[in-house]
Amino acid sequence: METITLTINDIAVEIDKGATILDAAKKIGIRIPTLCHHDDLCAAGNCRVCVVEQKGARTLQASCVVPAAEGMQIYTNSRKVREARKTVIELLLSEHAGECTSCYKSGNCELQGLAQEYLACGDAFIDISDKSPIDISSPSIIKDDSKCIRCLRCVRTCAELQGVSALWSTHKGNKTKVETFLNKPMHYVVCTNCGQCVNRCPTGALTERNYIEEVWRAIDDPEKHVVVQTAPAVRVGLGEALGMGSGGVVTGKMVSALKRLGFDSVLDTDFTADLTIMEEGTELLARLKSALQGRKSATFPMMTSCSPGWIKFIEHEFPSLLDNLSTCKSPQQMFGALAKTYYAEKIGVDPAKMVSVSVMPCTAKKFEANRPEMYSSGFKDVDYVLTTRELAHMIRQAGLNFADLEDGKFDSIMGESTGAAVIFGATGGVMEAALRTAYEIVTGREVPFKNLNIEPVRGMEGVKAAGIKVENVKDEWKFLEGAELKVAVAHGLVNARKVMQEAEKGMSPYHFVEIMACPGGCIGGGGQPIPTSPAIRLKRAEAIYEADEALPLRKSHENPEIAAIYREFLGEPLGHKSHELLHTHYTPRNRT
Amino acid sequence: MMLNEIVSTAVKKFGVGREQLLPVLQYVVSQEKWLSEDALLGVARAFDMSAAEVYGVASFYSFLDTKPRGDYVIRVCRTVSCDMAGKEAIMEALEKTLHISVGETTADRKFTLLETNCMGWCAEGPAMLVNDYVYTGLTPEKVVDILQGYMAGA
Repeated sequence: METITLTINDIAVEIDKGATILDAAKKIGIRIPTLCHHDDLCAAGNCRVCVVEQKGARTLQASCVVPAAEGMQIYTNSRKVREARKTVIELLLSEHAGECTSCYKSGNCELQGLAQEYLACGDAFIDISDKSPIDISSPSIIKDDSKCIRCLRCVRTCAELQGVSALWSTHKGNKTKVETFLNKPMHYVVCTNCGQCVNRCPTGALTERNYIEEVWRAIDDPEKHVVVQTAPAVRVGLGEALGMGSGGVVTGKMVSALKRLGFDSVLDTDFTADLTIMEEGTELLARLKSALQGRKSATFPMMTSCSPGWIKFIEHEFPSLLDNLSTCKSPQQMFGALAKTYYAEKIGVDPAKMVSVSVMPCTAKKFEANRPEMYSSGFKDVDYVLTTRELAHMIRQAGLNFADLEDGKFDSIMGESTGAAVIFGATGGVMEAALRTAYEIVTGREVPFKNLNIEPVRGMEGVKAAGIKVENVKDEWKFLEGAELKVAVAHGLVNARKVMQEAEKGMSPYHFVEIMACPGGCIGGGGQPIPTSPAIRLKRAEAIYEADEALPLRKSHENPEIAAIYREFLGEPLGHKSHELLHTHYTPRNRT
Repeated sequence: MMLNEIVSTAVKKFGVGREQLLPVLQYVVSQEKWLSEDALLGVARAFDMSAAEVYGVASFYSFLDTKPRGDYVIRVCRTVSCDMAGKEAIMEALEKTLHISVGETTADRKFTLLETNCMGWCAEGPAMLVNDYVYTGLTPEKVVDILQGYMAGA
């Protein structure tokens, strides 16, 4: 690779040709402030906060888009630069309704941070912030145009990472806005509620709809028994939002915090992740059986159904392929349906007095909990969904010193789980968990991978494919002898679309496909701590696999509480009760 | 022609490459005067693009209207030379004759009254467009005459 040499603040730096001035500054530890720039997205160069002075150049340069060139002399902290940046920030503030004392994003707002850093004046220029009403139509995402600074990170996120483009830049000049199709409310367009835009919005223009007050009210009500479940990815993200750095596993502290907040039962979505494997694994084997024995037709590839952003995506974009989806509800909704039936009965609580709360790395889960199909218990199965960020907020409100909390243990009956469930949080995890169980059901042996780690389905590649040869099977699975099970894993909806287009043409070679809406899987979910970047997601994924290896049980079918629920309540996978509580159907939607 | 025929004719004529989006939208506007929700959705589907993106492109261009327009779209130049040459009186005459304000369409959907940026006729202002036809050196009397011509079905 050809390199070039330039100086930044009189320090020489050598960098690959094609790198930007910003990259070069980063290399020697000089921080240049940015707003529209994001590690996950293409360059935009529209906010101008990153301007630097280049000796001999007439104007200041936007360092995030200008390539470093041989012999360049760059100054990042001259008087001219400081004054220009301050003015740029003040101009951005003039189009931003700076309600910092009441804004949900306060304290985690990049614009606020820069305004403070540069001692910028909020009313240096006249207020030209957008006065449209706040869009609260979606149960997942709130869009407040008065706080938008038109950096277009959300537009790039929705297009580049998700291939959805529910948001686009509309109109022009000072009238430019970020809008949905014909500026319809978010709830009525193709938005999947994935929340990736929320993760990247530098201000409070896009935030999750928070249910913090509703949950406090339930906790404060002595009549109510409040059950909480926590998704796998929350335990590797929560610490970040509470000042602990990325990549730590904080399961025990999280459980203690939930108990101290006043939840009556602290249980684990990982339990129903294990249950999902039992149901979905059995469903896959049943589909293979009818296909290979030729009695009934079966639809392939079967696709996972855990990710509600992905579900809404396929409902909008590929409604003809809904039969490919597993009928399994997501672990959150399986949990909700069981909490107000099985669990309520076990602990002797009237389900009408039970409030079921979930903590998720996800904003789409809020939408999912509100789907009309999700009332199988006779009540709303999951009453409120909190994101990892909202839980962190509640922990701060309660004055808990999270880092110093002791390690707590989940309550029993629906609190036990295995390593197979934890890895649901990372892309490829559901596939790996399903293979660990299905292979063993069919052959009686463990999957032929060192330490049960199915490496080919791990990692951050957009679409991963693998094959597993099934040999020396048990008698009842004779029809699978010698077959090669072909699987694929995709994360980020832009990658999901590639797999779907293949399936739509009838060209998909796979039997089983795992799809997660968010880049990296749930660890990169729209409800996870902000900021996010490829490096941060990698650390969270490493923590997930660490948590898996640390658990004594690593296969879903070995979970003793799973055995108990089938023995005492459900009967068998895909049985009558399972169909009633754990499976669902899907709704074709249009493409507005 | 029905809307879906208009879209499919345009698509057949220009293709569905990204660079053909503008000609296709312009064609639909030439037939329909504006881009309705169904028209935008039809184009989005034909191009396999998101509806928001097609709307984003349409909303950028002044001549790709996303609001209903009359048969005759009148655009009066609002730029400084025309303004100084008496644009205000022209606008008043138009509003009075059509009984609408700028931005509105007559009840019979025959006329829409809009403003436009400079058309390059500064030397002969005030100027206005009626659909694709330019009128220059306008006076309030001239404007009423022009309108009467269109009202009579010219």
